[in-house]
Amino acid sequence: MLEISNLTHTYGSGPGSHHALGGVDLSVAEGELVCIVGPSGCGKSTLLRSVAGLLRPGGGEVLFNGAPVAGTPKDLAVVFQDYSRSLFPWMSVADNVSLPLRRKGLDRPRREEAALEALTQVGLEEAGAKYPWQLSGGMQQRVAIARALAYRPALLLMDEPFGSVDAQTREDLEDLTLRVRGHHAMTILLITHDIDESVYVGDRVVVLSGAPATVVGDLRVDLPEPREQIATREHPGFVRLRAEVGRLVRGPRPAAQHPTPETV
Amino acid sequence: MNPAKPPSKRPGWLWPVPVALAGWELATRAAGDLSFPPPTTIFSRMREMWLSGPADRLWLTDAALTDIPASVGRLLAGWALAGLVGTTLGIALGRSPLLSRFLGPLVHFARAVPPPLLLPFFMALFAIGARMQINVILFGVVWPILINSAEGARHVDPLHLETAAAFGLSRGQRLLRVVLPSALPKVFAGLRLSLSLALILMVISELVGSVDGIGFQLLDAQRSYDLPGVWGTIVLLGLLGCAFNAAFLAAERRILSWHRAANQTT
Amino acid sequence: MIARRLLDSGPLCGALGAAGLVGAWEAAGRTGFISPTVFPRASAVLSRAAGLAADAGFLSCVVSTLGAWAIGLLLTVAVAVPAGFLLGTLPGLERAFGPVFEFLRPIPSVALIPPALVLFSDKVDMKITLIVYAASWPVLINTMYGLKEVDPLAKETLRAFGFGPAAVLWRVSLPSTAPFIAAGVRLAAAVALIVGISVEFLAGGAGGSGIGVFLIEAGGATDALEYIVAAALWAGVIGYLSNGLFVLAERRAFRWHTARTEVAR
Repeated sequence: MLEISNLTHTYGSGPGSHHALGGVDLSVAEGELVCIVGPSGCGKSTLLRSVAGLLRPGGGEVLFNGAPVAGTPKDLAVVFQDYSRSLFPWMSVADNVSLPLRRKGLDRPRREEAALEALTQVGLEEAGAKYPWQLSGGMQQRVAIARALAYRPALLLMDEPFGSVDAQTREDLEDLTLRVRGHHAMTILLITHDIDESVYVGDRVVVLSGAPATVVGDLRVDLPEPREQIATREHPGFVRLRAEVGRLVRGPRPAAQHPTPETV
Repeated sequence: MNPAKPPSKRPGWLWPVPVALAGWELATRAAGDLSFPPPTTIFSRMREMWLSGPADRLWLTDAALTDIPASVGRLLAGWALAGLVGTTLGIALGRSPLLSRFLGPLVHFARAVPPPLLLPFFMALFAIGARMQINVILFGVVWPILINSAEGARHVDPLHLETAAAFGLSRGQRLLRVVLPSALPKVFAGLRLSLSLALILMVISELVGSVDGIGFQLLDAQRSYDLPGVWGTIVLLGLLGCAFNAAFLAAERRILSWHRAANQTT
Repeated sequence: MIARRLLDSGPLCGALGAAGLVGAWEAAGRTGFISPTVFPRASAVLSRAAGLAADAGFLSCVVSTLGAWAIGLLLTVAVAVPAGFLLGTLPGLERAFGPVFEFLRPIPSVALIPPALVLFSDKVDMKITLIVYAASWPVLINTMYGLKEVDPLAKETLRAFGFGPAAVLWRVSLPSTAPFIAAGVRLAAAVALIVGISVEFLAGGAGGSGIGVFLIEAGGATDALEYIVAAALWAGVIGYLSNGLFVLAERRAFRWHTARTEVAR
């Protein structure tokens, strides 16, 4: 459903320019959960913003359901890392969740119903009348996920969605993502810098090189379903995949000389 | 990723000014309205008023050497006094919750009195002159400084105070080394607000009750229907406002450089 | 214990502070420390203030000043907010007008009263025009500043759901700029009152009325200070109440804003 071919992008021009994407090729099938990992600053977010139509890439092509992406495609939702900035503080939680549904032309009762349903799925059915800033960080990110779910997108983009929450909440949100994915027929593209996370939630892990980014690895994750935080993580297949992804992320350089802190 | 320089900081950002001046010149010449003289007429009148004196006085006229210093002196005297009084009282109010409970409402009430009303008050209390004007400026502009200083002193990071106490700094030292610097950004915000207010009060006090100063000159020009003189004086006041603002910002940037640096890293 | 608790009560302490000031003022007059011929006693001023509240002449002056102030502020918002949005969203426009504004803004607004006296025949029109001119600056600047502070991620979030520029302006830029606009309007309200009263001083009785006119006319009387202080007290009450209303309205409407900045502190 998503075909990315030879995608390139450079920010700025001249000596201060930053070559973020150096020809990325990637195809995602319907219903897949693909995790994209890579060293920090490698252009993961640039890739995601190009898919979302928020950024016009310098070159290459993104096809969504066969049509090139120009502007933001319908049937697509994004969950950003920075929930506190992407949720609107002047709206209640329920209004935040139902806002995108206006674009689908739903009337008020239908919007409210869909919002409540999505909030129930993330376990926040009681919080609709509250404001985002009255909730904890993990709860806010659940609201952001509910907002995306309510929109019922065919493709869900998640940009480091669990990067700003504590470890326990992070595990809960990972499992929440796996659970809701079972309910909706959704394709998910999840960007992360956490290798364990990518292996734990993904059907596939795509590894990008440092900037300018290219795809240096594409691994299928064949771990037993359903995934479980303790059992999956001690599965030999998990340990092997994690080491493989880790080596790809560090690249061919000797690791001792070029440590990248995020990937340790 | 690579933020472009803000447009207003690039060289050549001033180009709209000559364009506006040229447009103004053409429009006023075309209209021929005596109330709106063209800028060239205004500038030549300004030269005549302030820059046609003898060369050994840098061409400054008597008016430039008496009216401008008189006005600026009163403005700075009133503003500096207000700064001193406002900061001292403000920090006292900010550090003492009890004092703040007793005097806070009075301060907020005093601030709500529109400053021009001080003018008839001080005119009735004192005679027309510098004392009246300095008092009007002082009592008109002290409130923003006082309230901002109190706000700044109230929100000193408790951890900073505890650190200072743990290192055995005395009360006075804590006030001078911790409370005052922490409150300084707010104090400066108040000082800046009151500087433009002081300029307004200087002008209005000279318009209503004065025998010299830039405002008096402005009124004099208006009474003799010398409109180039009126507009010229307004341009002078604008230039003074610009100069005060620039000088204040430069001072603030020097004194508060630590504050900006600390805020950028967080 | 009880004394301790009483001292914790804000309104009580405030009332005590005010009563103390009035008491000291009255005592200074009674004991001859300040001669009543130099400065009126508190009791005289307060009874004069009570008298003014029933004085039709004074009341019509207050109504005249406040009317011009309210109309001026409404016009200011109607002019300055859209102008701020235009300048803030079209960088080319800001680049063209910005430097010109930088030269106009420092001109103290009251300096424009003398030429305005020549230009306007109707003193009420003149008062409102000058109020709008002077009060527009804080609203315009706060609107533009607020627009710069709009979180790009918030805008992108809405764009990611496929909303167009108009929806982004209406649903993100306007609400997140609103607290800044409100703060600008509160500043503008004070400026408008300063300019309005200053105009009244200079235009005098000729074709206008207002608190300023009242005070200038009272200035000639033998008990001028009594009138002036009493009128200033009422002006203070009005200013205090209107400012309180502004703050209250802002707090109610922008709870999300204050709550977040307090958390950030």
